[in-house]
Amino acid sequence: MFFSQLALYEQAILALAAVVLLLTFLMLVHPRILSVIKLFAWQGLAVAATTALVAYDANAPHLYISALLTLLLKAFFIPWLLLRMVDRFDLHQELDSLSHPVLVLFGGIILVVFCYHTTLPVAAQLTAITHNVVAICMSVVLLGMVMLISRRKAVTQVVGFMALENGLFFAAVAVTEGMPMVVELGVAFDVLVAAIIFGIFFLHLRQSIDSLDTSRLSRLSERERD
Amino acid sequence: MNPTGWLLALLQTLLFVAAAPLFGAWIKRVKCWLQNRRPPSLLQPYRDLRRLFSKQVVLAEHASVIFRLTPYLVFGAIIMAATVTPFITLDTPTTAIADAIVLTGFFALARFFLALAGMDIGTAFGGMGASREMTVSALAEPAMLMMVFTVSMVASSTNLATVITSIEHQMVMTRPSLWFAALGFLLVIVAETGRIPVDNPSTHLELTMIHEAMILEYSGRHLAMLEWAAQLKLLVYAVLAINIFNPWGIAHSDGLAPLAIATALMAGKLMLFGTLLAAAETVLAKIRLFQVPVFLMLAFTLALGGMLCFIILEAG
Amino acid sequence: MEALIFALAIPALGIVLLLLLGHSRLGGHLNSLLSGLSLLAAVLMARSVLANGAMTSPEGFFHVDAFNVYLIVLTAFVGLTTAIFSRPYMDHELERGRLNSARLRLYYASYQGFLFTMLLALASNNLGVLWVAMEGATLSTVLLVSLYRTPESIEAAWKYFILCGVGIAQALFGTVLLYFAASQVIPDPSKALLWSTLIAHAHQLEPATMSLAFGFLLVGYGTKVGLVPLHNWLPDAHSEGPTPISAVLSGLLLNVALYALVRMKMLTDGALAGHVSNPHIAGFLMMGFGLITFLVAGLFLHRQKDIKRLFSYSSIEHMGLMTFAFGMGVPLATFGALLHMAVHSLTKSAIFITVGHASQIAKTQRIDNIRGLIATQPAVGWGLLLGTAAIAGFPPFGVFTSEFLLLTATMQTWPWLTAALLVGLGIAFAGLFRAVQPMVYGNRPESAAPIHVNMWPVIVHLLLVLWLGLAIPGILAHWFDQATQLIAGQGVL
Repeated sequence: MFFSQLALYEQAILALAAVVLLLTFLMLVHPRILSVIKLFAWQGLAVAATTALVAYDANAPHLYISALLTLLLKAFFIPWLLLRMVDRFDLHQELDSLSHPVLVLFGGIILVVFCYHTTLPVAAQLTAITHNVVAICMSVVLLGMVMLISRRKAVTQVVGFMALENGLFFAAVAVTEGMPMVVELGVAFDVLVAAIIFGIFFLHLRQSIDSLDTSRLSRLSERERD
Repeated sequence: MNPTGWLLALLQTLLFVAAAPLFGAWIKRVKCWLQNRRPPSLLQPYRDLRRLFSKQVVLAEHASVIFRLTPYLVFGAIIMAATVTPFITLDTPTTAIADAIVLTGFFALARFFLALAGMDIGTAFGGMGASREMTVSALAEPAMLMMVFTVSMVASSTNLATVITSIEHQMVMTRPSLWFAALGFLLVIVAETGRIPVDNPSTHLELTMIHEAMILEYSGRHLAMLEWAAQLKLLVYAVLAINIFNPWGIAHSDGLAPLAIATALMAGKLMLFGTLLAAAETVLAKIRLFQVPVFLMLAFTLALGGMLCFIILEAG
Repeated sequence: MEALIFALAIPALGIVLLLLLGHSRLGGHLNSLLSGLSLLAAVLMARSVLANGAMTSPEGFFHVDAFNVYLIVLTAFVGLTTAIFSRPYMDHELERGRLNSARLRLYYASYQGFLFTMLLALASNNLGVLWVAMEGATLSTVLLVSLYRTPESIEAAWKYFILCGVGIAQALFGTVLLYFAASQVIPDPSKALLWSTLIAHAHQLEPATMSLAFGFLLVGYGTKVGLVPLHNWLPDAHSEGPTPISAVLSGLLLNVALYALVRMKMLTDGALAGHVSNPHIAGFLMMGFGLITFLVAGLFLHRQKDIKRLFSYSSIEHMGLMTFAFGMGVPLATFGALLHMAVHSLTKSAIFITVGHASQIAKTQRIDNIRGLIATQPAVGWGLLLGTAAIAGFPPFGVFTSEFLLLTATMQTWPWLTAALLVGLGIAFAGLFRAVQPMVYGNRPESAAPIHVNMWPVIVHLLLVLWLGLAIPGILAHWFDQATQLIAGQGVL
């Protein structure tokens, strides 16, 4: 069998990829905002750990920098920022339940199968042990999108957005052993700025609609204008 | 046919049946410790069973033959399930029929009759319990089967003995598919055996009870058998979880030494499992009934995720 | 090459300068000055490109060819005229109390930031940096969309941020796949995302991966272009933000996103040529999305009650038309689309500038409440009328020329689609004039009062569009033709 012939740390890479997927699924359906943020931090940690393992596996020192960036940004800074928002707006007990969690879960599973099928031609060309992770990365990207669509609270939407970014980052690591450094740094900078702007937005949302419930943002739909 | 093997299988089943109340008592004891209460004696379930067996059976006026037959059928089906489940040794003739799907079938049989009996006497609680039980199992069974499929894909067989041997040969368990399947299976166990957070076995609160509602009309030896069957079912599930996902130490021959080691190891693992279960029940609150589908959907997703992980990540 | 670096460094410096500058009145002048300097540098750069042909900076970071050189000059130019317009406009908003000086400072700094990201996206040779700059453009404008802090503007900005963020994330995934396909054939990983290297190796790129990558890139950059059904953010962001931002979003951001998409199409076409049964799949996808966008946006024009939403749907419509034209891929269509990019950008920013004045005169953006502009302030009224005539494709404006070229190209390659295009143009024409006619003519409402306006940017833009309609200058025609050769394989001249 393919899997049992791999070295232990290579098995760990694949296992961590699976963990990232699992965490994404949990984030997708977990009703408590606080838990979703914590799950996101764990996801960031798992991505960072995988990056470091891939760096060791592929002997690519620049990936250690990427791993460090992910760790600082996705596992510490952004969750910290979000938790501060939770403190500030007193969202500790706040729930953001989905109206059809079972439907969302099933949709997510179908998406994973779809991603697997779509990425087969890409995976077929890869020789690295991470060639199968492509499907997982794409799934995380699309699941992040599903989260953005299905969630109603601003905080959880931001987590969805950031989870999506995690998936992209993971893809860059798994498929190409990282993008060129200048791009990687640029992306990290963009994510950082995005996180700060999201923080500013929470304040604005709170001030203008007195809630972080984005389903109340419906003044601008085409239908209501008529 | 070797007679030792059959003897061993018989002994194994007897041990299974005999140990079931003890396992339940152990969980209760740990729970009591965790909640700062004084635990009852470990022998208390046996005393309860003896008391129930000696009591007279009171039958409802409208009870049909199904109602009377059900305790025997349920008890028998669960014992059959226990027979095919590898407990401490794989070296018995019953391993040939130790198929995961057969096992699921036995459980389904028991559940079917239990639900019938619940509806048979026509009380509100019986029907309600039966409907709830069927709802839960309709969701739990696919999850269970998905777990079985995942595991059998890893081992290329649905035979439990083959699965266990195959998993035993992988020295460290790093396969994400098995981790997912194990997690999903734990959730299935909780749902199927009616533990917190799906059902609470120790209360008779009409709004929430599932299993207890179905057997509310039973008394005497009938009740004893159903209670015993429930305890046995929990033990079977626990042993399955342990032997599939952590089989190291199970005996492969009928030598005395390996058997003794396997028994001791199994006892230790069961104690640990029971402790974990009790801890989880202490920490978690019972979820509302309409949240149960979500809970089981999670189990299903985990098991399916395990399968996807196997196909995507591990198959090559 | 130094000139290009100056053109980029000036707005980058401008961000810091304008952020540090406390005095808001000076900020407007400085903003215009910096944009002017940036334009000067861009023109100098264009001159050297004209003299020496396409160039790549020594370390391969920038690349300028006939396709992006005119877009860089156009971007810097519209940046300057809009900056000139925005100073009195924003001062007026400050007086009306819709803003405070801290937000005005944020506005000017973000404006320079936006210009910087646009120029960087155009000039960058690295497709990864192109992505970073596109995302940077969202980030720099999102706080401008919510500048007024009304619930509507915050909603618009939130939508803009989330939708564009998600969209652009798909483009990054596509870029990752592109990088993967490139790293299979280009040994040096640091060069594998450089346009100059990629286009040389395009025929070696793996077709299956490239098709998948293009799918993601189309969704990603298509969101920014405003293709239906990913266009939802666009009317909201245009209508709720300050008008100068609407002008640069419509005039520049959409163009740059389309520019990125066309670059990606060139690579995909190169990879697919001769390999698979359907080598033009990228073009077909763009044609389909473009045509749907064109028709749907035309229909939506009829439902609008807000003047800025009206013209933002018109932008969507024109972007759809251009996407369609680039998708067709024949030289004439490509030439027409390149011309259309220029004239649409000039006309639309002129219209938004006029619309800004019009809504300040009427103190509302509701079409029903804007009446009799010619009676109130003839310059604004005539500006709006001529601008609308230009964008609707009246001769002798440049939009007519480009649309005529596009229709001719369609007639030659896909004759029966010409009907769809004509119907779409008709619908859009009716939708625009139905709304604009009562705003321009009619009696002057009592509440409307003339304001201090600076119509020079509008006049210059419309004159340029007129010039392009009557005779395309030789330099520009030469560039368009070269760009057509790059994109479509052969020129038309």
